[in-house]
Amino acid sequence: MLYALLRILALTRKELLAILKDPRSRFSLILPPILQCLIYGYVATYDLNHVPYAAFDHDRSAASRQLLARIDGSGVFQRVANLDRDLEVKTFIDQRRALLVVRIDRDFERNLFSGMPATVQVIADGRNSNTAGTAMGYLDAIVNAFNIDWRNSHGQGGAPIRITTRAWYNPNLETRWHMIPALIGTLTLIQTLLLTGLSVAREREQGTFDQLLVTPFRPSEIMAGKALPAVLVGFVQATMVLLVAQLWFQIPFAGSFVTLYVGLGFFLLAAIGIGLLLSSVAATMQQAMLFSFLLIMPFSLLSGLTTPISSMPMVLQYLTLLNPLRYAIDIAHRVYLEGVGLNFLIPELWPLALMAAVTLSAASWMFRHRLT
Amino acid sequence: MSAVNPSVLIGRDIRKTFRRDGGEKVEALNGVSIDVAHGTLTALVGPDGAGKTTLIRLASGLMRPDGGDLKVLDIDVASEPQRVQDRIGYMPQRFGLYEDLTVQENLDLYADLHGVSMKERGQRYPSLMEMTALEPFTGRLAGRLSGGMKQKLGLACTLVRAPELLLLDEPTVGVDPLSRRELWNIILQLVNRQSMTVLLSTSYLDEAERCGQVVVMHQGNILSQGHPHEISSLAQGRVFLAEPPAGQKAREYQAWLLDKPEVVDAVPEGGRVRVVTENPKDESGTLKEAVQIRGRGDKETERQGGPDHLDGISISAQPRFEDGFMVLLKTGKEIGRPEDTENRHDDRETWRQGNQGSVPGASSAPNLPPSLSPSLIVSLPESPDHPRSMTPSLTISQSPNVAVVQVQNLVRRFGKFVAVDHVTFEVQRGEIFGLLGPNGAGKTTTFRMLCGLLPASEGTLRVAGADLRRARASARQHIGYVAQKFSLYGQLSVSENLEFFASAYSLRGEQKRRRIDWALQQFDLAPLADLPSGNLPGGFKQRLAMAAGLLHEPETLFLDEPTSGADPLARREFWRRITALSQAGVTVVITTHFMEEAEYCDRIAILDAGRILAQGTPAAIRGQASRGPGSEPTMEDAFIAVVEQARAKQARTAAAGGAA
Amino acid sequence: MLRDPSSIAIGIIMPVLLILLFGYGLSLDVTKVPVAVVLEDPSPDATELAAGFQLSPYFEPVLLTSMAKAEELMLARKVDGIIRIRPDFARTLTVGGAEVQILVHGVDANRARIIQNYAQGAVVQWTARRAARGIEVVAGPATVQSRMWFNEANESRYFLVPGLIVLIMTLIGALLTTLVMAREWERGTLEALFVTPVRTDEILLGKTIPYFILGMIGLVLCLLAAKFLFAVPFRGSVTVLTGASMLYLLVALGIGLLISSAVKNQFVASQITLLVSFLPAVMLSGFLFDLRSMPDLVRTITYLLPARYYVALLQTIFLAGDIWPVIIPNALMLTGMAALLVFLTRKVTRKRLA
Repeated sequence: MLYALLRILALTRKELLAILKDPRSRFSLILPPILQCLIYGYVATYDLNHVPYAAFDHDRSAASRQLLARIDGSGVFQRVANLDRDLEVKTFIDQRRALLVVRIDRDFERNLFSGMPATVQVIADGRNSNTAGTAMGYLDAIVNAFNIDWRNSHGQGGAPIRITTRAWYNPNLETRWHMIPALIGTLTLIQTLLLTGLSVAREREQGTFDQLLVTPFRPSEIMAGKALPAVLVGFVQATMVLLVAQLWFQIPFAGSFVTLYVGLGFFLLAAIGIGLLLSSVAATMQQAMLFSFLLIMPFSLLSGLTTPISSMPMVLQYLTLLNPLRYAIDIAHRVYLEGVGLNFLIPELWPLALMAAVTLSAASWMFRHRLT
Repeated sequence: MSAVNPSVLIGRDIRKTFRRDGGEKVEALNGVSIDVAHGTLTALVGPDGAGKTTLIRLASGLMRPDGGDLKVLDIDVASEPQRVQDRIGYMPQRFGLYEDLTVQENLDLYADLHGVSMKERGQRYPSLMEMTALEPFTGRLAGRLSGGMKQKLGLACTLVRAPELLLLDEPTVGVDPLSRRELWNIILQLVNRQSMTVLLSTSYLDEAERCGQVVVMHQGNILSQGHPHEISSLAQGRVFLAEPPAGQKAREYQAWLLDKPEVVDAVPEGGRVRVVTENPKDESGTLKEAVQIRGRGDKETERQGGPDHLDGISISAQPRFEDGFMVLLKTGKEIGRPEDTENRHDDRETWRQGNQGSVPGASSAPNLPPSLSPSLIVSLPESPDHPRSMTPSLTISQSPNVAVVQVQNLVRRFGKFVAVDHVTFEVQRGEIFGLLGPNGAGKTTTFRMLCGLLPASEGTLRVAGADLRRARASARQHIGYVAQKFSLYGQLSVSENLEFFASAYSLRGEQKRRRIDWALQQFDLAPLADLPSGNLPGGFKQRLAMAAGLLHEPETLFLDEPTSGADPLARREFWRRITALSQAGVTVVITTHFMEEAEYCDRIAILDAGRILAQGTPAAIRGQASRGPGSEPTMEDAFIAVVEQARAKQARTAAAGGAA
Repeated sequence: MLRDPSSIAIGIIMPVLLILLFGYGLSLDVTKVPVAVVLEDPSPDATELAAGFQLSPYFEPVLLTSMAKAEELMLARKVDGIIRIRPDFARTLTVGGAEVQILVHGVDANRARIIQNYAQGAVVQWTARRAARGIEVVAGPATVQSRMWFNEANESRYFLVPGLIVLIMTLIGALLTTLVMAREWERGTLEALFVTPVRTDEILLGKTIPYFILGMIGLVLCLLAAKFLFAVPFRGSVTVLTGASMLYLLVALGIGLLISSAVKNQFVASQITLLVSFLPAVMLSGFLFDLRSMPDLVRTITYLLPARYYVALLQTIFLAGDIWPVIIPNALMLTGMAALLVFLTRKVTRKRLA
């Protein structure tokens, strides 16, 4: 028993040494997660600002100018042009010079005063319908606010139905708050899969795996010796992303760190299991790389990172149950943003544990049995 | 072309440096000057790392020299490589045949690449086919050819266009002796009949003997350039064949002789030991008396027509190229790098010192006759930590006739391909058993099965009574394995590797410390302990691999082609260690494609295409090839004879059994 | 090369698989959102409003009366939003100051916002219906009439699928080329190849062309899937599309080739290629996240990405048609990149080993 532990420790030490000694891998350990978190943190947002819009004001009244001023002052929209011809609308939208055209009719102010419907026409470039929809939503809100003020300032009393909205856990509905905790899982997954995916394949290619198999190491010990350093590395990387999230982006952390790390631990084991299984099945390093990559793609895209799982067809939704990242993102959200405790996480933890158990044992069986 | 015999290749003061991964520079070529005349066959000879491949690549325009100049066919290769490449043929060490294409398709492909017109192809193909005897195989996929045939095909592809200069980089390495002979015939044909100029590199010294010019290279320098005779004659009058005293094995006698400072080289040959002494006719008194060799081999005895050899007598022999080569190496080394000789002496010192702690009376050398007192057997190292002390249950003093390795009807298939075909053999405790055969014979596959890395398709095998594939992990504690390719962790340092493998074999604490220190000292690795092992020069890598395999003092050692590519000196040294290990009671199973190394073994088995063609002591096998009394066939001859016999038998059974 | 199954797998099978998988999987459309409608006012007006939510195709409402229960459901993620109609709703309707509260689960901000918008829309529609019945309703003075060009149906797939094509093409291009060189180096065939009269250009061309063809086949399959499986409208001309796609494929292959030639170690080459192609193509190309909303620094980085130009091209060609002022600048950039890559690759791939 003691000898087994010693052997495992020796292997762990060797793996860590190998990782830390190579300047390239040292580099890829620290820098990419931080860099990626920073860049994607800024990039990955469905929130809009700097939306170019063109104003087509037929009325040119005080009211219309007021409305437009509100739009300008919203912080979201940027007026890029004042149009005066219908044709220009098409040009601007087609050529993507403006995302929206706000067109105010001739009778706008008059209608406002006389209580008749005063319409504001909005034309949006639907090439990215999500963005367009969001922009239109912002505009709606601005118009609503305009309405309320108009009523109040013109004493028309009797406010219309007011719709108040509040968002739980993410009061400003910043996409970033959703994205960055999710990145904790995503970036860690990518790095872990790459690391473990290559480890066995590399040893096989270089011949050191044979040397290892010839020693008294049992396959389960080899497994443990490879998983342990990967878990450590995974924790370090997750911590990096976490630090960036907290210190740079200043997203408040609502839960307990211990819970988060426990959840992460389960996730890492599952990810490592998959990586090691991949590595032991692949014939060459090139293949291992390919497989890992082919897995990373669906894992990251179909995990709820960018598009919600609930929007997927049922079949695919079931498929995501096999995706460890899905659980990781859930865990990250719940602990980071909602602050739930460990008992709430059980429905996420046991599938991860199952995955880990299955893949780790399969991998260790493969060590001896996958041979050329 | 030009009238007089111009030099096809002229190199002056060529330098080439490489930068390794770690950043240090390696000087591959150190100011080399060379002349190759038209219509000659020139061989670059030297061990791995000598610079042969680099020189050839420079000549082919694949690389540019860092200094000096190199003219091929009067063109400066560095500035106009394409012009040169249009006119020469080049076959690299690893020739890339397209394995998914057939023989014919490969030829056509290369013909396309070389711009050979259909008409020319019609002219050349028949002669190429005839030369290489590949006619019956044109439709076979290149991946399915044997090693020798692949090389022949590679050669044919290189010759689709009649080049003015043919560059071949180690064309015969690892190929079976029969094919090697055939390849050589082709090359000689090209030179003699077609006046082609051929420059090739080889580490087979006997091949060098057949060339018109030999260039000896060592560590980036040229030690000598000239006709092979010039080099052989360096050893003139210094070569003797010594008969080991009764009861002593040739290799042990050789080991003892090698340690003597007056001996330049000693190698077992045909049951005797070929000795090259430092000074001609200097069978010093000490040599003669100590080992009780009676009679002096010199011209006198020969003239008198006395008996060739009596018990223990040595006779003088004609020097071979290898003998001269060894002399050259040794003197070259001494002049060039004095500190190396120092190391070599220290090597021997440590060897002797390691012996001081030996337990007297230990049955470490059960085969030595009592007439040789232990104190004179200074060259028998015995590690102070004898396996006996580790595993009290095992006593080497048991009768040595226990079969440590038993293989019965072993078969291994990969799909339809049978890599190992009903192989049966046994290895006794304490003996050195050799598996000989060319590349692709199935040696490594057999080995991997023995070590438990590969399951057998059929048959049984046992190592120390256990089937390593199914046995518990602890059974592997008694095995040591050194793979052909360096398979330790390149990024880790020497000591880190040793530490790891020591732990892997459950060594800890004081014992671990001791064994690691022993390894560092014994294999001269101490000054390199902190270097990443991937950056060690080739010979040291092998030492490290051996050290790692011996840390846990295994009873059985498996060595897979440990000497390929090593320079002859390193090879001698390596076999010294093996001999020593064997005397300490370790069973050694070794594979090699160098036929002469069979002489070091107690018993050998010759493998070809997965089958055992012959099995027994080297003497017995040589006997099979003997053409009557007085003929002294080499191991290579024996191999060829055995293969031819086997094929003849196959043909007879096929004929008898009707059409196949 | 035809006998090599893995290239075919990557060139043809993979794109098809990917587009099927992601085409169906990635969607930003929000439908059938489970929400809790808390009706604290039993008046007919309030009930009617609540019914309005049931009519909406976007929602799957659960009618409750207790706020606490609704919150429990939201905590357990059984509902993603709560619509609260207060007890004094009917009264305040006539008096003024009526309020409808919408609470959304903010973790998925995008979805939350969409839910908000839909909810607001539902309320507005309800007031419109009341107005149509002649019931006096205090309407907001200014109303918004919106039209979304190019994608009236507001199907996210219409813009996601072209973006996916970009992603897939990037991958294929990168992967294929690393395969090319890797295979050759592995087999050692390159060394013998170099010492033949064949010129470097010929070698490069010879290697690239079969993979280019494979890539194009893969692309065509994707485009067919887009049109027929996902019903993405196609308003531009096929020639322009093909031209743009060929340009992009060239660039993608070029990047892969350049990296493989420059970095002799195949393994590192693949790593670099993947890093440089995948996530940036997802995140920084404009296919999901709007480029204009990124901070300036990041936006400048995106100018270096060929994917960005291709996304712009595809989205326009598919949904808007042949709009030359958009097509030409993007196409020019791609051509420029292609030319640069070819130049660099030639420089780097010499018939040298060292």
